[in-house]
Amino acid sequence: MLEMIISSSVQVVVVILVVLFGCAYSTWLERKVLGHLQHRMGPTFAGPFGLLQPVSDGLKLIFKEDIVPDSVERLTYTLAPIVSFVPALLTFAVIPYSAEFSFFGLEFKGVISDLNIGVLWVFAVTSLGVYGIILAGWSSGSKYSLMGGLRSSAQMISYELSYGLSIVGVIIFANTFSMTELVAKQASDSILFFENWYILKQPLGFLLYLTCAIAETNRAPFDLPEAESELVGGYHTEYSSMRFSTFFIGEYANMLAVACVGATIFLGGWNGPFFLSFVPAVVWFLIKVFLFMFFYIWLRATFPRFRYDQLMRFGWLVLFPLAILNILVTGLFVLL
Amino acid sequence: MFETFYPILFLVLVAVVLAVALSALSIFFGRRSKSGKKGQPYECGIEPVGTTKEPVPVKFFMIAISFILFDIEVIFLLPWAVVARDLGMFGFVAILIFVTAVLIGYVYEIGRGALRWE
Repeated sequence: MLEMIISSSVQVVVVILVVLFGCAYSTWLERKVLGHLQHRMGPTFAGPFGLLQPVSDGLKLIFKEDIVPDSVERLTYTLAPIVSFVPALLTFAVIPYSAEFSFFGLEFKGVISDLNIGVLWVFAVTSLGVYGIILAGWSSGSKYSLMGGLRSSAQMISYELSYGLSIVGVIIFANTFSMTELVAKQASDSILFFENWYILKQPLGFLLYLTCAIAETNRAPFDLPEAESELVGGYHTEYSSMRFSTFFIGEYANMLAVACVGATIFLGGWNGPFFLSFVPAVVWFLIKVFLFMFFYIWLRATFPRFRYDQLMRFGWLVLFPLAILNILVTGLFVLL
Repeated sequence: MFETFYPILFLVLVAVVLAVALSALSIFFGRRSKSGKKGQPYECGIEPVGTTKEPVPVKFFMIAISFILFDIEVIFLLPWAVVARDLGMFGFVAILIFVTAVLIGYVYEIGRGALRWE
């Protein structure tokens, strides 16, 4: 019992540290990749290849003045960054990053908690993120924040429908909500190590998931809540210093979370090819997450921003019917 | 039971403490300088006019209501999806009838222009 408490506590702390590290270096990756895609260098001054850039950014933000405008609603203004940061971390509770292993005599399960309703947990927790944004927009007392918050919450709840529906096809195939079982069902001993990945059985579901995940995390080309050329910063216009930074880390943690969920559900989780079994499982998992993150940044450099009515029409009139169709066709296919 | 939920409880605790600590860090380390104009909301340098505590366009309200209606559909689809194989054709026809009923509402809503943004 005591051993279980120690090992799972250690696991929680390590996972959180890795996620925070991942968030910091996602910003570095984003600036570097975006820079090279636009024939620039990206950050170069702080450390080799600008690798210390996230550290210097963080230090700078800590020593900035914490400006609270006079027109804010104090309580909700303070709560908003916390409310948007916590759910982003909670998603990682059910993400299996490795098989069972032992380290210094402690047994680790390779996942923080093997919930049998893991997929439902992911959706429940991701939905909570919208509260932080609407609270921030409403309590800031600024017009830009209010507009950003409204747009953002309408966009997030619209795309959440198709986001939830895009997974149902995989559930029909797998007969389970547990994330670890989903990974186990995608394992394969054949030379075609990817033959059981759900991306092959659910290509439309994967495309829907990808699109909705980008809209859910408010990234380009669906980044209307932040539309810096028209709304300044959207819902976090009035936030400064580490309060702003909490929003920012939360946003990147959300991106990492949907990347991890996508890698687990569609790309086989930590399963790698059997002929490279000496490579630790967690490496395969990190490679898949990295591919997702790279794709995110690539999209940002490629596509211009949607107009708001286009965005809502796309979500309700294209993605939603497609997701329903995908489910019905999958259901029929499994039965026949 | 305890083995499944203890790590989640601990994660919630650590996440909340971390979030509070992070967002409060600048209160202790940041510099302070008082100035009258700093307390104004950001309006690109123009004097702010009016308040933000005004009615919100009803469009957003419509979106929120439609979301609740259709999200209930998602909730009903999930339990079927887990046992879709075991229920067989009976379950599929049942869910087909359910989805048809929801889609009638969906078509009606679009026909009435609830999701139009002009």
